[in-house]
Amino acid sequence: MTFTTKNLERARTIVASYPRPKSAVLPLAHLAQDQDGWLSPEAMREIALMTGIEPAEVLGTCSFYTMFKRDPVGRLVVSVCTNVTCLVTGGPELLEHLVDRYSDDDEVFVEEVECLASCDGAPAMQVNYEFHDGLTTASAEDIIEAYKRGELVARGTSGGRLS
Amino acid sequence: MSANGDALVTITIDGKEVKVPSGELLIKVAQEHGTYIPRFCWHERMKPVGMCRMCLVEIDGVPGLPPACTTPVTDGMVVHTTTPQVRKVQDGVLELLLINHPLDCPVCDRGGECPLQDTTLAFGPGESRFVEEKRHWEKPIPVSDLVLLDRERCIQCARCTRFADEIAGDPLISFGERGGHTEITTFPDEPFASYFSGNTVQVCPVGALTAQPYRFKARPWDLDAAETSCLTCAVQCRGALESASNQLVRLLGVDSDPVNQGWLCDKGRYGYEAINAENRVRYPMVRKSTGADGSPGELVECSWPEALDAAADGIQRALDLNGPRSVALIGGARGTNEDAFAWARLAKGVLRTDNVDAQLGDGLPAAVALGLPHALINDLDTAAAIVLLGPDLKEELPVLYLRVKKAAADGGVPLIEISPRDTGLSRYASARLRHLPGEQADTARKLAAAISGTPSASPDIDAAAALLVGRDGDLVVVLGRGDLAESADVTVGAAAALSIIENVKFLVALRRANVRGALELGLAPGFLPGRATLDTGRDHFVNEWGGVPEEVGLDALGIFSAAAEGRIHALILAGSDPINDCPDRALARNAIMASGFVVAIDTFLTESSKRADVFLPASIWGEKTGTITNLEGRVQRVAQKVSPDGTAMPDWRIAAELAARLGVEFDLESADEVTEEIARVAPAFVGLDMSLLRRARDGAVIPIALFPDEIHLGRAGVALQGASWDPILPVPEVVPEDTDDNSDLHSIVLSVSPAVQLHEWDSASPQLPTPARDAYALRLIVGRTLYDGGTWTMASPSLSPLVPESVLLVNPQDRDRIGVADGESVRVATGRGSIAARVRGDLATPIGTAFMAFNLPGPGAADLVDATLSVTDIRVESIR
Amino acid sequence: MSAVETRIITKRIRDRAEDSWTIDGALASGAYEGLKKAIAIGRDAIGQEQVKASGLRGRGGAGFPTATKWSFLPEASFPRYLVINADEGEPSTFKDRMLLEADPHQLIEGIVIAAYAIECNLAFIYLRGEFALGYERLVDAIAAAHAKGFLGSNILGSGFDLEIVVHRGAGAYICGEETALLESLEGERGMPRIRPPFPAIEGLYAKPTVVNNVETISTLPHIVLMGGDEYAKLGVNRSTGTRLFSLSGHVKRPGNYEVELGITFRDLLYSPELGGGIREDRAVKFFIPGGASSQWLIGSDEHLDAPLDMDYVQQTFGVMLGSGAVMVYDETVNPVLVAWRLAKFFAHESCGKCTPCREGTGWIEKVLFRIVNGHGRPQDLDMLFDVCESISPGVMNAPFTQTTICPLGPSAVSCVASLQKYFRDEVLAMCAGPALIPVSAS
Ligand SMILES: Cc1cc2nc3c(=O)[nH]c(=O)nc-3n(C[C@H](O)[C@H](O)[C@H](O)COP(=O)(O)O)c2cc1C
Ligand code: SF4
Ligand code: FES
Repeated sequence: MTFTTKNLERARTIVASYPRPKSAVLPLAHLAQDQDGWLSPEAMREIALMTGIEPAEVLGTCSFYTMFKRDPVGRLVVSVCTNVTCLVTGGPELLEHLVDRYSDDDEVFVEEVECLASCDGAPAMQVNYEFHDGLTTASAEDIIEAYKRGELVARGTSGGRLS
Repeated sequence: MSANGDALVTITIDGKEVKVPSGELLIKVAQEHGTYIPRFCWHERMKPVGMCRMCLVEIDGVPGLPPACTTPVTDGMVVHTTTPQVRKVQDGVLELLLINHPLDCPVCDRGGECPLQDTTLAFGPGESRFVEEKRHWEKPIPVSDLVLLDRERCIQCARCTRFADEIAGDPLISFGERGGHTEITTFPDEPFASYFSGNTVQVCPVGALTAQPYRFKARPWDLDAAETSCLTCAVQCRGALESASNQLVRLLGVDSDPVNQGWLCDKGRYGYEAINAENRVRYPMVRKSTGADGSPGELVECSWPEALDAAADGIQRALDLNGPRSVALIGGARGTNEDAFAWARLAKGVLRTDNVDAQLGDGLPAAVALGLPHALINDLDTAAAIVLLGPDLKEELPVLYLRVKKAAADGGVPLIEISPRDTGLSRYASARLRHLPGEQADTARKLAAAISGTPSASPDIDAAAALLVGRDGDLVVVLGRGDLAESADVTVGAAAALSIIENVKFLVALRRANVRGALELGLAPGFLPGRATLDTGRDHFVNEWGGVPEEVGLDALGIFSAAAEGRIHALILAGSDPINDCPDRALARNAIMASGFVVAIDTFLTESSKRADVFLPASIWGEKTGTITNLEGRVQRVAQKVSPDGTAMPDWRIAAELAARLGVEFDLESADEVTEEIARVAPAFVGLDMSLLRRARDGAVIPIALFPDEIHLGRAGVALQGASWDPILPVPEVVPEDTDDNSDLHSIVLSVSPAVQLHEWDSASPQLPTPARDAYALRLIVGRTLYDGGTWTMASPSLSPLVPESVLLVNPQDRDRIGVADGESVRVATGRGSIAARVRGDLATPIGTAFMAFNLPGPGAADLVDATLSVTDIRVESIR
Repeated sequence: MSAVETRIITKRIRDRAEDSWTIDGALASGAYEGLKKAIAIGRDAIGQEQVKASGLRGRGGAGFPTATKWSFLPEASFPRYLVINADEGEPSTFKDRMLLEADPHQLIEGIVIAAYAIECNLAFIYLRGEFALGYERLVDAIAAAHAKGFLGSNILGSGFDLEIVVHRGAGAYICGEETALLESLEGERGMPRIRPPFPAIEGLYAKPTVVNNVETISTLPHIVLMGGDEYAKLGVNRSTGTRLFSLSGHVKRPGNYEVELGITFRDLLYSPELGGGIREDRAVKFFIPGGASSQWLIGSDEHLDAPLDMDYVQQTFGVMLGSGAVMVYDETVNPVLVAWRLAKFFAHESCGKCTPCREGTGWIEKVLFRIVNGHGRPQDLDMLFDVCESISPGVMNAPFTQTTICPLGPSAVSCVASLQKYFRDEVLAMCAGPALIPVSAS
């Protein structure tokens, strides 16, 4: 069993809110990832059971989507945009800096992502899907450190406010 | 109007006007009218996805470049398939397909028969401009025990995943990742364990999926192919059998519309390996006493004349001393029609015994199987509803399972399943009527009454009957032995109950490959060849053969009982292994031990044949020509592709040799002559001569006068050679000039009439009381698994590892009551015997019942069943 | 027509920045008045009168007339679904995110009006997975709207019932394409479907379905309130009303601006109330109108003075207003670098369903990467262009065609076509010598 009792309840509600159970694959995968910090094979098996499909189908669907992490990642997922506005406003440099800075830190997982719809404040990043923009390498680091200390709490994955 | 009643429209393809059925896909009608539009993802038997983009064409008035594979034709459509724009796009798609494709053709199984190679040659650019690094993946990786995947070669056409999902209903492989990283994937630790996995290798347009059994076995240009039918089960799927250097190396599915529609199951596809098995018996043997102590001695190799003389002597002695009733023949359901006919003639015309049975107590009485109104497989598609009254088709008749699944899942035909537990089809069933073993007839009777308007007390049954309301067509009952732990009488009672429904037809789902042919040709007590009974056919066959048995003889269980009591003095095992195949092993073993003299005609030393006094090696499928009859009564030809290693002979010739030694000359020199003889003397086969069989693309259904529309004169198909990524169509040996016109033929067919009235079943049958189950017992259900301990499976190196372990499945509640955990051992006992078995909880098995698969290696269900009882109640206790 | 904002759908957001997303803030600034009027004028008057008269065209990218889309629904075929496309993933587009986070009630009100008009009782919002704050605000807003009787059964006594399910995507740009979106909503891989059948006939769960963008739907309450005719007086030609433009890059004042259609790009970039000019008063080298999918324009007067008119820019320059994103690059920028980054985006986001896009996008990215890194060959640009022709034959001369299922393929070649059109010499120069043109990234 992957889902906690409370989340199992939520999962059942989610499945019931769709005309067809298979529609719940993405929401259930989000729920599992918000709970565990990643999408484990056990979670995919459980999702398959709850939606009446094969685990291979759950994997086929989930592996299409970049947000689902199928290996454990750090508690903090830092997503740095390098798309065409951030590209010319410091995004690649920010990414490089954070990758270097946190390469040995198991708690922080830095990834490059496509446009985050925050271009007016480029360069931008998300920490566990919480937006931060107008960044410099220093301010970005400060923000991440604040999350590490627990002064900032995100909504998304591991922040748990969406699950 | 076209053949199937669709309106015709006129379209123009590259300037040529053609009339085609409205709504058909452009790519298909173009091909049928001589314009091949290149394609990779489209497959005629699957839903179009339009993803490879190879089939783009121009259509006047339609913007852009629509794909021919997703475009239905409409009246007046003007199509261009060779414009510069189209050519450029085809070049482009091919170039793009090749940029990441490893050019490892010399070591690829598909090299030489590769659609990507062929299409590139015909439609592609001359050179590649791609200088970057190609995509790399670990290769090859297994996706199942039988299939390997090379992701670098994959061109992402989704044929394999669509097959697995749409056709097989086993969506265990899927696309994973996306874009340029898209790959075929399975879930970790859950391989593509589908009974149909080999089809994905066949439909793959490149060498991305390869079959473990065929890998590196041959180069395509060394292969020689012949069209044939598979003889693994009674569906008899059409196939192309290929050999290299007198070795069978591959069987590919051929697309026969009424039968298999191109598909094969893996057991049929890879079972040919058994033919090459080391332990095939290649020379005759007789048992020779070695010492002076009079011990029975050992089987030793000898010459054919010596073995045949010994066999004939032993049989003659029994006849002389104890008369025809002391002689019996069991088997004949695994060979050809010709084999069955020859055995029937030997037994009934020469030995004059009616103690003959092609089944081993695991089937249905011939009177029922032959005498019911027969349905065709194709009738499933248009049925008002399908009633499943029999085995788990997925396990026993896999390709029939595909057809039933298709009718239900795609065609919306309601499926009513009457069975004691869940089967592979349960998830497609609209109604699942569960009953205790032994009580099937009762459920059937209530259903029949509800369909006829008398509501039953059960809401489930009434709901099932309601599914038929407002639906046209016949009710097709798929009838077989769902449970080998209960008496066949139970099934007979259920069939009788349903046979009174109006417009009901039966598809007799017996499994052994040519069982229908064997029964039709008289290998059952009370019958003579061609669906004549001993009574109705007596005069005719006395005339032909000089004599027939005086009275109705014993069926297999009767023979075994008589033998066990010492009343059978000569027993002929014609390719049968009762010790493994009779549900009551003790009875079969005792019978063989107590028979005075046993002749085995076989390919391997089995539990039964190794106890014979004379062993005569038979040639098998792939090594002999002839005809066979599938479960719907369709007669088709099988081909010889290799010559047997050693001195094995076809059964019909062995039977003729024995007959000659017993004083009767059959005067039949070739399999074709036997076929002609059958057409001449066997009433149901009248008209089915070689000239018809050579021309009939899908064979013919007996009696042909009833099924004239099933005869289609051949149309030119694509050559059989090579991996048929496009459906292979059957190729007739003789293509008649006028390929479309069957009408002449049909009037000829209608004029043939059998010499003897064909048997019809009178369904008045006794009602059986079912003994009450005591509260401590579980009622046993015994069914088959596709891979079992059968001789062929065990002799196929690729298949034998797939045979599951024997376990006792019980409902988790019962398991807990017994007080064991999954995987723990229990003692299972009946009056017949007791065995140790491992237990597993299984929700598909209802409370109060237990399931065990039949004929798995080691002690098993057959050690528990007493064939004289109507049901089998078992006692289960923990042995910790 | 003036080079200032015309605030219709952004009015509440600007006026009540402190609580525009709350039910109280929204109600205090006129939310759900449009819904009340819609119910009062009745179902038929909404779509085929008011929306039709307004000339409203989809704000998701394709600019298809909204009333026409609704009219394709087959009569008497139920259930029907309304799906809101809130997957905003087009690079440099950030308008829907603002509407979702700052004014969810405006969207909900629009959804109820649209659903009422098309007789749909279950609507879905397909929300970009990364929009965590938007998700939270939407869920809260839906609950609040429920509590006030704007959602649920018998809405405002009209006898009409509606539920809204918010469905989060999970990181796939292609799911913004409407049929891929529907696949994703059904729990599948987000791969576009073959059309026909179009969603209006066979959409979600093979039932008639309307897919509309967040901004499109958010406009509905105002159209109902203003009256379609009045709304249509705004704008130019067949580009009626206002649109939100996401302005980013080297302008002094990047941001979302709601302007009347018909002002010029120059107005948008330079007006002190809008873009405010280029940073350090440099010249515009090129700009990408309409999001990453569009071909580019350059800093010429001809281009800068073109009006924001969907049809005009399409017909005149082969570019589109698309999703309303305008990315501006000054003279310091290497266009090949931008093209490579776009190519990388499309290669990453191609769903992989069709050969030309799956393989072609990867190839283009690899070649541009090589050029950017100083290893270009003289023949590369023409070869690239020919590869683009395999994906989108006639890419230079709109209307081009496509060999792919969905428009992502042709979108991916826009950057190469733009290099070919405007920066051929610059690319060839890069391919000739070992020296790389240095790129300033700040
Ligand atoms: C690759 C691709 C991505 C798209 N992404 C979005 C998107 O993020 N948001 C959106 O509203 N429309 C997007 N669209 C357009 C939609 O397919 C569709 O046209 C739109 O949602 C219809 O709504 P509208 O008529 O209100 O504009 C995209 C189209 C394509 C081809
Ligand atoms: S064009 Fe690209 S994104 Fe669109 S369907 Fe084809 S492969 Fe997928
Ligand atoms: S797109 Fe038509 S055959 Fe593949």
